[in-house]
Amino acid sequence: MGSGSLTMTTRDINEREYVTATIGEQMFGLPIDRVQDVFVVDRVTRVPLSQTDVVGVMNLRGRIVTVIDMGRRLGLPSQRPEAAPMAIGVDDRGESYGLLIDEVGEVLTLSHETREANPANLDATLAAVSVGVHRLDGKVLVVLDVDRILDFERKLNAA
Amino acid sequence: MPMPKVRVMDDLLREFLTETGENLDTVDVELVRFEQEPSNAKILGNVFRLVHTIKGTCGFLDLPRLEALTHAAETVMGKLRDGAPVTTEAVSLILATIDRIKEILAVLEGTEREPPGRDADLIGPLERIAAGHAEPPQQACAYTTGTLTYQVLERPLRPGEVSLDELERVFRETPVEAPLVTPAAVALSKLEAPFDPSESTASEEREEPRVAQSSIRVGVDTLEQLMTMVSELVLTRNQLLEISRRNDDSEFKTPLQRLSSVTAELQEGVMKARMQPIGNAWQKLPRLVRDLSAELGKGIDLQTFGAETELDRQVLELIKDPLIHMVRNAADHGLESTAKRQALSKPPRGTIRLSARHEGGHIIIEISDDGRGLNVDKIRQKAIAQNLITEADAVKMSDVQIQRLIFTPGFSTASQITSISGRGVGMDVVKNNIDQIGGTIDVRSVPGEGSAFIVKIPLTLAIISALIVETAGERFAIPQLAVAELVRCRAGSEHCIEYIKDAPVLRLRNKLLPLIHLGMLLKLDVKDRGTIDSGYVVVTQVGNQRFGLVVDGLFHTEEIVVKPMASKLRHIGMFSGTAILGDGAVIMILDPNGVAEKVGGVGSQSNDVAAEPNVASEEPATPLLAFRAGSQARKAVPLSLVTRLEEIDCRSIEISNGRHVVQYRGRLMPLLRVDDDCNIRSEGTQPVLVFSDGSSAMGIVVDDIIDIVEDRLAIDVTGEMPGVIGSAIIKGHATEIIDVGHYLGLAFDGVFRGTSPTASATQDVMLVDDSAFFRDMLTPVLKAAGYDVSTYTSAAEALEALRSGHRPVVILSDIEMPAMDGLQFATAVRAELGDSPLPMFALSSHATPGLMERVRAAGFDAFVAKFDRQALIAKIREHATAWDRAA
Repeated sequence: MGSGSLTMTTRDINEREYVTATIGEQMFGLPIDRVQDVFVVDRVTRVPLSQTDVVGVMNLRGRIVTVIDMGRRLGLPSQRPEAAPMAIGVDDRGESYGLLIDEVGEVLTLSHETREANPANLDATLAAVSVGVHRLDGKVLVVLDVDRILDFERKLNAA
Repeated sequence: MPMPKVRVMDDLLREFLTETGENLDTVDVELVRFEQEPSNAKILGNVFRLVHTIKGTCGFLDLPRLEALTHAAETVMGKLRDGAPVTTEAVSLILATIDRIKEILAVLEGTEREPPGRDADLIGPLERIAAGHAEPPQQACAYTTGTLTYQVLERPLRPGEVSLDELERVFRETPVEAPLVTPAAVALSKLEAPFDPSESTASEEREEPRVAQSSIRVGVDTLEQLMTMVSELVLTRNQLLEISRRNDDSEFKTPLQRLSSVTAELQEGVMKARMQPIGNAWQKLPRLVRDLSAELGKGIDLQTFGAETELDRQVLELIKDPLIHMVRNAADHGLESTAKRQALSKPPRGTIRLSARHEGGHIIIEISDDGRGLNVDKIRQKAIAQNLITEADAVKMSDVQIQRLIFTPGFSTASQITSISGRGVGMDVVKNNIDQIGGTIDVRSVPGEGSAFIVKIPLTLAIISALIVETAGERFAIPQLAVAELVRCRAGSEHCIEYIKDAPVLRLRNKLLPLIHLGMLLKLDVKDRGTIDSGYVVVTQVGNQRFGLVVDGLFHTEEIVVKPMASKLRHIGMFSGTAILGDGAVIMILDPNGVAEKVGGVGSQSNDVAAEPNVASEEPATPLLAFRAGSQARKAVPLSLVTRLEEIDCRSIEISNGRHVVQYRGRLMPLLRVDDDCNIRSEGTQPVLVFSDGSSAMGIVVDDIIDIVEDRLAIDVTGEMPGVIGSAIIKGHATEIIDVGHYLGLAFDGVFRGTSPTASATQDVMLVDDSAFFRDMLTPVLKAAGYDVSTYTSAAEALEALRSGHRPVVILSDIEMPAMDGLQFATAVRAELGDSPLPMFALSSHATPGLMERVRAAGFDAFVAKFDRQALIAKIREHATAWDRAA
């Protein structure tokens, strides 16, 4: 896996691919090498006493996936469709998580040139899980860090 | 792909270490067996072959120290095989050599090099033993079975490392039975899970060389993955079956049936691949016991039964250490010294017995010894010294309860630290390990005869049998291991939920079971948060703790494949994992240990000792309801007498005819005070204990309900005040035991007082009750009514009296008694007395319609509630006179 991503980045060290998604009005990007799949969230089992961000667990082709409500996680008003909500599947040390978002967008290849650090006045909750932003035509894409999203303790401390 | 030479050596060495580690463990076991059965040539053959194999490989890998050691040991074994007498000295020496080999191997594993050093201290004596028997040492090998094609030979070896001749010899002598460095093994070593020398193949396989040869090593990861795939397959199959059930398309039926059975077989096969005989966990024990025997100077025999009993390898790994610990304990603390045993006229050699058997999805392992048994006094003192219990607790606790204290965290009986056990790690750690795999442990011990530890563990952690329940619209799985029984509760039925303050309890076979609503525990949206009066109760047993989980619905029991919880959810502590149900939905598996911890926190406030009402103690404890009314002195009534606990709205209390009354269930219920200082409240709610016999009820006004306590009821001071039976020490508090009968008399004004003794003094009532409390309570009542009373504490005693000619006018018998119960007693009396119409009444504190029928069927004439004095006297009078006339 290490050598695989090496060849990817050598193509153009200044470009990275992102899976994009919207939550509320905001557009986000997740590094494509961290994304396993995108799936429809169906038949979620609630996990009592869990963090409010956790929607529950579901069966995705025999794997148990913990589904996280990204709207709640980021403190954004969600505009999820009632039917067939989508989630982006990510892996963390052998465990599967699904990041429940409003809508999945296309995969974008973005150059380093459009990238900036988080604006100083960025919402603290967002800033805690983002590693920068990209200026796009007419909108701004916030780059999310998967490890920080899954770092619940950090969220709890911040709250 | 050509590999660097160093890598080749690494793989070989790695393989060598794994195999040798296993072989040495087997040698340990076999040697000890051999020492006991010196004439068993087969065992010696096994040992010899194993050591020989190790030696051959050592030479090949250029490990001169190991080679020299194994060579010397092999020579001695060769002598033994040729008929030299087997001495303890020789066996000890060989075992010491094996230990040295293990030490060298440990270094080799880390550094890939033999540590420097000489082994003359061992080789010398070995050679002397070998030389002591005529023939000079020579390589004897009956197992050369021809030349093996050996491809490793063709690889370049470091020049001068091993001579070709030497190699030839080694290969020729390497027996086929042990596929040590065959090409297949080398190739497989790359597939292997992280190197683990402790992982061992069954010793049985070694005895059946063909089996060993046909087995391969598969990484645990591979098996786990297979398991996941199989469960996925099962799921898909279930979905297909569901579809086929809905559509009457017969075309699919046959192939689907076939798919179904193949899937089932596959699932079973994969499960089986994970199973290992428990004997693998015992492999080190014979050697251990032998060494302990020598070290402690005690003769110890180890007997094992059921070593072939299979269980999941994961469970096997986890149970290994606790077992070793318990065997150590038995040898060190359990068994007496040989001299002491002889003095006690016990067999001089102590026995440790280890047995395993399957029992309904679980495996029961028993470790017992015929030693001195647990020292109850010592445990008690120690527990008090360590503040685990108070002295008052200690006095009240039964021996069994005291014995169980050894499982309490921080408890260790070893007053002297020995090299064998008592290193500060005690049975509490063992219990903890067993708890973690969902198992239970208990102890039985008889002073002077020995102790037995009984461990019950699930066969596998991967697939468990679970009860699926529903609460607040969500489903949960409860491991079947923790489920003791299921009870359905409805208001007004035999099993109804009662409240002590805010704590719901269920009266189950005269014991109170603390209840907790699963939905509330998990903070789900439970509709009626305040009270629960109906539902299903899952009686859950965790270690010594027993509680009831109230759920809305029960489904079925299902075999579920346990998947671990996501690490982000583990902190919740209430769930042990997740599983996918047959319909594809995910279900959370409740962790009974986690729930028990929470229940302990919110449940009854009685201390831990009281919180084990389930365990059968020798002295039956009486559950008492402790309360305060008026004075600060604690008061209590036997819980079995209390019908309900009510909070009555003070506005509904009226005064009628100079007495406090309240409308209760459509009738007027008199309210009484047990103490003049106890005032009936004028506002808010008034707690009341309701006593009823079905037709009439009375309420006793109390200030405060303290707790439900369970204790032996020994009335120390007989009451001088009316309405108080006497005082007793209940859980360390002096407590007045209230005479409910007195108040019943007051409540139903004069019914009792008005009765004058009319019976002749010769009329004798036989009262059979194992409870001193009830004997004490009823005797004065009966005497006051003019009868003589003969009391018996057991049915057997009473029966004996009847057989020897005693003829009372009436027999009153309790129903629930140890040994022979009231029903058996009645049957026996009827059989004994034939046609005699001697009236018999059953006494019970808790009547149910079913019980009444059984009581009649057994031969009782009637059923009387224990506390209902008037009814009792009236019944006796009615029957006794009738019988008297008839007689």
